[in-house]
Amino acid sequence: MAQSKHDAIERNVFLLIVLALLAVSVGGLVEIVPLFFQTSTREAVDDKGKAIEVKPYDALRLAGRYVYIREGCYNCHSQMIRPFRAETERYGHFSVAGEFIYDHPFQWGSKRTGPDLARIGGRRDDEWHRKHLLDPRAVVPGSNMPAFPWLDRAVTVPIGEHMKALNLVINPPSNPTPYSESDIASASAALAGKTELDALIAYLQGMGLALK
Amino acid sequence: MQSQATYNYKVVRQFAIMTVVWGIVGMLVGVIVAAQLIWPELNLHEILQYGRLRPLHTNAVIFAFGGCALFATSLYSVQRTCHTKLFAPGLATFVFWGWQLVILCAALSLPLGFTTGKEYAELEWPIDIMIAVLWVSYAIVFFGTIATRKVSHIYVSNWFFAAFIIAIALLHITNSAEIPVSFTTLKSYSVYPGVQDAMVQWWYGHNAVGFFLTAGFLGMMYYFVPKQADRPIYSYRLSVVHFWALIFTYMWAGPHHLHYTALPDWAQSLGMLFSLILLAPSWGGMINGIMTLSGAWHKLRTDPILKFLVTSLSFYGMSTFEGPMMSVKSVNALSHYTDWTVGHVHSGALGWVAMVSIGALYYLLPRLYGKTEMYSTKLINTHFWVATIGIVLYVASMWIAGVMEGLMWRSTNPDGTLVYGFFVESVKVKFPFLMIRLVGGTLFLVGMLIMFYNMLKTIVGEKAYDAPIVAPAAAHA
Repeated sequence: MAQSKHDAIERNVFLLIVLALLAVSVGGLVEIVPLFFQTSTREAVDDKGKAIEVKPYDALRLAGRYVYIREGCYNCHSQMIRPFRAETERYGHFSVAGEFIYDHPFQWGSKRTGPDLARIGGRRDDEWHRKHLLDPRAVVPGSNMPAFPWLDRAVTVPIGEHMKALNLVINPPSNPTPYSESDIASASAALAGKTELDALIAYLQGMGLALK
Repeated sequence: MQSQATYNYKVVRQFAIMTVVWGIVGMLVGVIVAAQLIWPELNLHEILQYGRLRPLHTNAVIFAFGGCALFATSLYSVQRTCHTKLFAPGLATFVFWGWQLVILCAALSLPLGFTTGKEYAELEWPIDIMIAVLWVSYAIVFFGTIATRKVSHIYVSNWFFAAFIIAIALLHITNSAEIPVSFTTLKSYSVYPGVQDAMVQWWYGHNAVGFFLTAGFLGMMYYFVPKQADRPIYSYRLSVVHFWALIFTYMWAGPHHLHYTALPDWAQSLGMLFSLILLAPSWGGMINGIMTLSGAWHKLRTDPILKFLVTSLSFYGMSTFEGPMMSVKSVNALSHYTDWTVGHVHSGALGWVAMVSIGALYYLLPRLYGKTEMYSTKLINTHFWVATIGIVLYVASMWIAGVMEGLMWRSTNPDGTLVYGFFVESVKVKFPFLMIRLVGGTLFLVGMLIMFYNMLKTIVGEKAYDAPIVAPAAAHA
C-alpha cells in the first residue's frame, strides 16, 4: 500500500527532487531561523540577560584576528568555555552568546590540541606571548605548537577595507554599523609601525574581558 | 540484445583515476600533519605550518578524493541504471576540469593563508562561486541523464545521489554567504555573527558528513555492493524507509557539535534528540548492504573487493553507532575537543568512505578499459589488509588518547583545584599514541600506493573502452 504510493516517486524525477528538497529543508529552518530573533544571541548580554561590555574589534585587534584566522589557530584552540566546574576553574567564566556578536566568522573551534583561548586576555603579559609565539618550547617545554617567527613583520592588511566589509554583514540591532567613518579613516594610522605579532597579541589580550 | 550506442565513460575514467591520485595527495598531507603534532620542528615554513596544512588535508580528502570518487561512481551508475548515455557530456567535461581547477586553487590558496576560517568550508569566495557553478552543472548532467532514462523506474542508488546533490547545493550556498573585502582580494567575512554563524556552520559541517560523506556513498554502496556480490538488494522496502528517514533526520543533527556551548539549549537538545534517532536509518542502510550478501558470503573468501565493501559497511555501522553515543550530552562533555573525535571521524572517513570508494574503484577501473579484473587480485588483498590494520591502529590510539586527555582535563583534587593545572601535561602523555596514529595513517597511505601501482598496471597501454548501452529489456543494469 505505502509501497505503491511511493512507486510514483520512484518513477518521477521531478517529484523526487521536490520531496527531497522539502525533507532536507526542515531541520535547518527550525534550528537556524529562530536564532536571528533571540535577544540573547543578538545583543551584548550575559546568560541572565544583563548587559555586558562587548565592543567591535578596534583596528589593531581586527588585524590580529585576521592573522589568527590566516594561521588557522582555530584548528587547535577553542574559544568556548563550557559550564563545567573543571573548565571554569581552568579557563574562567563560561562563555555566553552575547560575547560573540561581532565575531565574523565565529572561532569557537572544535578541537583542543592546545588550551582554550576564550579568556586568554590579561592572563599573561605581552612579552610572554611574544616569546611563546616565536618559540613555544622556550616557555612551555613539551608543547607541540608551531613557532611563528614570520609574524615579526609589518602589518600590511588594509584593515579599513575590512571594516567596511564588516559594516555590511549582520550586526546587532543596537549597533548595525559598528565602524564609523572616522574608525575607518584612522585605521591605517592605528597600524603604523605595528607588526603582525603586535596585532595578534593585542587580539589575544582583548579576549574574554567582558566576563570574569 | 544490445544497441549500437555506447555509454560515455570518458568523464568516469578521468574522475576514477584522479580519485586515486588525490587520495594519495590528501592522505600524504594527513601523514605530514600527524607528524607535525609529534615533531613541531616539521613546521618548516610559513606555508607548511600545521594550521594551514590541516585544512588542506581535510579539503583534499573530502572534496578532492571523496568528490572525485562520487563523481566517477555516480556518473557511471546513473548511465548504467538508466540505460542511456550521459546527458550533456560537454558539461560533464566542464565539471571534471572545473573540479580539478578548484582542487588546484585550494592546494595553492590554503597554504598561502587565504581562508574563511570556517572548518571544512575554508575556501575563499571566488572558489566558493566556482564550486556553486560546477555543482549546478553536475546536477544538470545527473538529473538530465535520469530525465532521459530508458526505463520507467529510478533505481535506489540514484535517489541517494540525488539527495546528496540537492542537499550539498543548499548547504554550500547557505554556509558560504560572505562579504568579500574587495573584488581584488581573497578575503571575505561570513555574513552571520557568532552564535548564528556557529549554528549555520555545523548545520553545514555535520551534513557535509551526512550528505557528502554518507548519502553520496550510500548511493555508491547501493550500486556496487549488489554488482560485486551479484545479488539483488536485500530489501527494497527498507531502502525506501531508511532513505527518507536518513535525509530528513541528518539535517537536524548539527548542534551536537555545539553541546554545552553558547548555542541556546533548545537547539542543543534538538540536535541530540535527532542524532539519537539517526541511529535507526543509518543502521537501516548498513543492514540492507550487509544482508545483500545473503547467500554470497562464501565469496568473501576469494574476493578482496567484496572484503573492502563489506568492511566499509561494518565501519559505517560502527561509526553511526558511535556518533549518536557521542551526541549524548554527558558523553560529549568528555569526548568533545579531544582526539576521540578525530578517531571517530577517521573510523568513518577511512573505514567507511575510503573503503567503499576503493572497493567501487577496483570494480570500476578494469571495466573502463574493457576488462573485468584488475591486474593483480593479490595486490587488492594486500591493500585490504594493510588498510584495515592501519585503520585499527589509527582509531584505537585516538580513542585511548582522547579519553585520557578528556579525563585529565576534568580531574580535580578534593579541594577543587585541578590535578593537571598545566594543559601541556595532557599533551605530553599523548605522544606514544600520536606515534601509533602516525603509523596507522602511513599504512593506509601505503595501501593507496599499492592501489596506484595496480591501477597503472591495469590501464597503461590499454585502450579506453565505452561499453555498449544495455537495452532495458535485460534484467541487470
